[in-house]
Amino acid sequence: MVAAVKIQGLKKQYGSVDAVKDVSLTIESGEIFGLLGPNGAGKTTTIRCLCTLSAPDAGTVHVNGVSVLDNPRLARQCLGYIAQEVALDKVLTGRELLQLQADLYHMPAKVARDRTQQMIELLELGDWADKKTDTYSGGLRKRLDLALGLLHQPDVLVLDEPTVGLDIETRSAVWQFLRQLKAAGTTVLITSHYLEEVDALADRVAIIDKGTIIATGTPSELKDRIGGDRITLRIREFTPDPEAQQAKTLLQDLPCVQDVIVNSAQGNSLNLVVAAQSDALMTVQQALKDAGLPIFGITQSRPSLDDVYLAATGRTLLDAEMAAAGSRDLKAERKQAMKGS
Amino acid sequence: MSTTLTPQPTSPVDNPDLRAWKAATGTGVDTPPPGLFSAAFVQETVAMTRRLFIQLQRRPSTLVAGVVQPLMWLVLFGALFQNVPQGLFGESQNYGQFLGAGIIVFTAFGGALNAGLPVMFDREFGFLNRFLVAPLASRYSIVMASAIFIAAMSLVQTAAIVGLSAVLGAGLPDPLGLGLVLMIVLTLVLGVTALSLGLAFALPGHIELIAVIFVTNLPLLFASTALVPLAFMPPWLQVVASLNPLSYAIEPIRYLYLHGDWSLSSVVMAAPFGNITLGIALLILVGFCGGALLLVQPLLRRRIA
Repeated sequence: MVAAVKIQGLKKQYGSVDAVKDVSLTIESGEIFGLLGPNGAGKTTTIRCLCTLSAPDAGTVHVNGVSVLDNPRLARQCLGYIAQEVALDKVLTGRELLQLQADLYHMPAKVARDRTQQMIELLELGDWADKKTDTYSGGLRKRLDLALGLLHQPDVLVLDEPTVGLDIETRSAVWQFLRQLKAAGTTVLITSHYLEEVDALADRVAIIDKGTIIATGTPSELKDRIGGDRITLRIREFTPDPEAQQAKTLLQDLPCVQDVIVNSAQGNSLNLVVAAQSDALMTVQQALKDAGLPIFGITQSRPSLDDVYLAATGRTLLDAEMAAAGSRDLKAERKQAMKGS
Repeated sequence: MSTTLTPQPTSPVDNPDLRAWKAATGTGVDTPPPGLFSAAFVQETVAMTRRLFIQLQRRPSTLVAGVVQPLMWLVLFGALFQNVPQGLFGESQNYGQFLGAGIIVFTAFGGALNAGLPVMFDREFGFLNRFLVAPLASRYSIVMASAIFIAAMSLVQTAAIVGLSAVLGAGLPDPLGLGLVLMIVLTLVLGVTALSLGLAFALPGHIELIAVIFVTNLPLLFASTALVPLAFMPPWLQVVASLNPLSYAIEPIRYLYLHGDWSLSSVVMAAPFGNITLGIALLILVGFCGGALLLVQPLLRRRIA
């Protein structure tokens, strides 16, 4: 079976900035694939190259074996694209926009009518379909956007940050909807900088950093690969510094404990890396008891995708976000993206 | 959105459009584009045009302003030079009669020059991406839709100006001449619309586009024969005005207004470098329009056509 999406050696510069340095990805038919990375890592640029909105400087991109560079119109027919920001014509109604979309994909009138109705029911647009879109709420706009992207029944649905700026209810509804799409056979590619989103949805993940893919696999594989479990410990709700340091000294000498970090941002809670599937939790509890320290809360968990990112780049996603936020020229990037060449 | 959503199967095998298309194209072979005036091209153009007319219907203020403004030009600017000695403005009986042709062309030109603005806003809001990710038969449909819309607006404006001019005593060209007036207006509109859309794709944002429109609009008006005849200008301005495409739309229309016995070999303008006949003026206009369309082609192709 031909891969749904195959990207090889993708490179893209905007001016002097390497937006994408080297991205290679294979997305199998029928899976939900997550592209995870901090803002500015090259997620959107990769997607723009896939959806024929930008021409790559180097590399090849295939959708269902069709090259987007050599045969863009056929590739476009296979792809559905949901941009990060919902762009609607506010003067038109939802139904009018769906009709416009149907004509852009050259559907015969009857097919267009049937599918429009089907999408209105599927995404429960109901009475809103005949109201102008400037009356829509954020969640409703996203639903219409999904309906527009799915109207031509694409093989591959590409969503750029599908739940940024949405309320929690709409977010979980979008997740649910994407799972059902997958169940119905559609390949889904999402980008996200939310760990939970990728962890909850994606069958496979690629982690992208500074324009390069640094890890690919199922979320579970990636976590296993870095090994160990995580224990989060709170001595008290807000632990005083001396007590936290005392606990740290005590715990890092235990044989089952590999590393201890005092997280001052979280009321001096202690983050421990311990050997996987050990009785570390009990050992830690016992050691604290012997030293006469109380326990406010203690939890054991498997490593998260953030730990994977941390292991690969030496910084957490949050740190990367903060650093990126300070160094990006968003206005220039937007202009470059608009030019699209 | 609730949890009862049940997406339809959308795997490749269940998508008949795609299956048909793939069968037709084979694998990896480039599809010859359906091209201009194929059914697909007509469908997408009609859809984009319909959107513009729905917008106009729900926000009619642009049309109202677009009709009122040239009429005010005609009345107020016409009155400004009402008392100039007769004969100063060529064969025209009065300045109002002289001005009509200029206002028709200037109005159509101004409308077409602004054609890029909605496209620029679509680009800035990301709505244009819907067109760019769709398998359009040709991206000329974006140009064509705008041109059809602007042309329709121009026709309404032209009809209003011609009507008011007639009421003010400028008379009317003969029916065939009137048809030629419309053709001249439409050719100019298509060319200028193409250029404006080209700018909408090439410039960084709407601020820049508005700036370009601003510095183009009035200078091209003053450096044309819209407000005064060529003979009235200093020699250097005569040269500039004779190179201005607007003059090649204005002078034929003015001639058609004054001469019922026109033919393609009638001399409509005495340019410094020779006499321009009606036929040559029309050829130059068509050439300008074709050149403009060719010029924007690479801009449309820029994002993997």
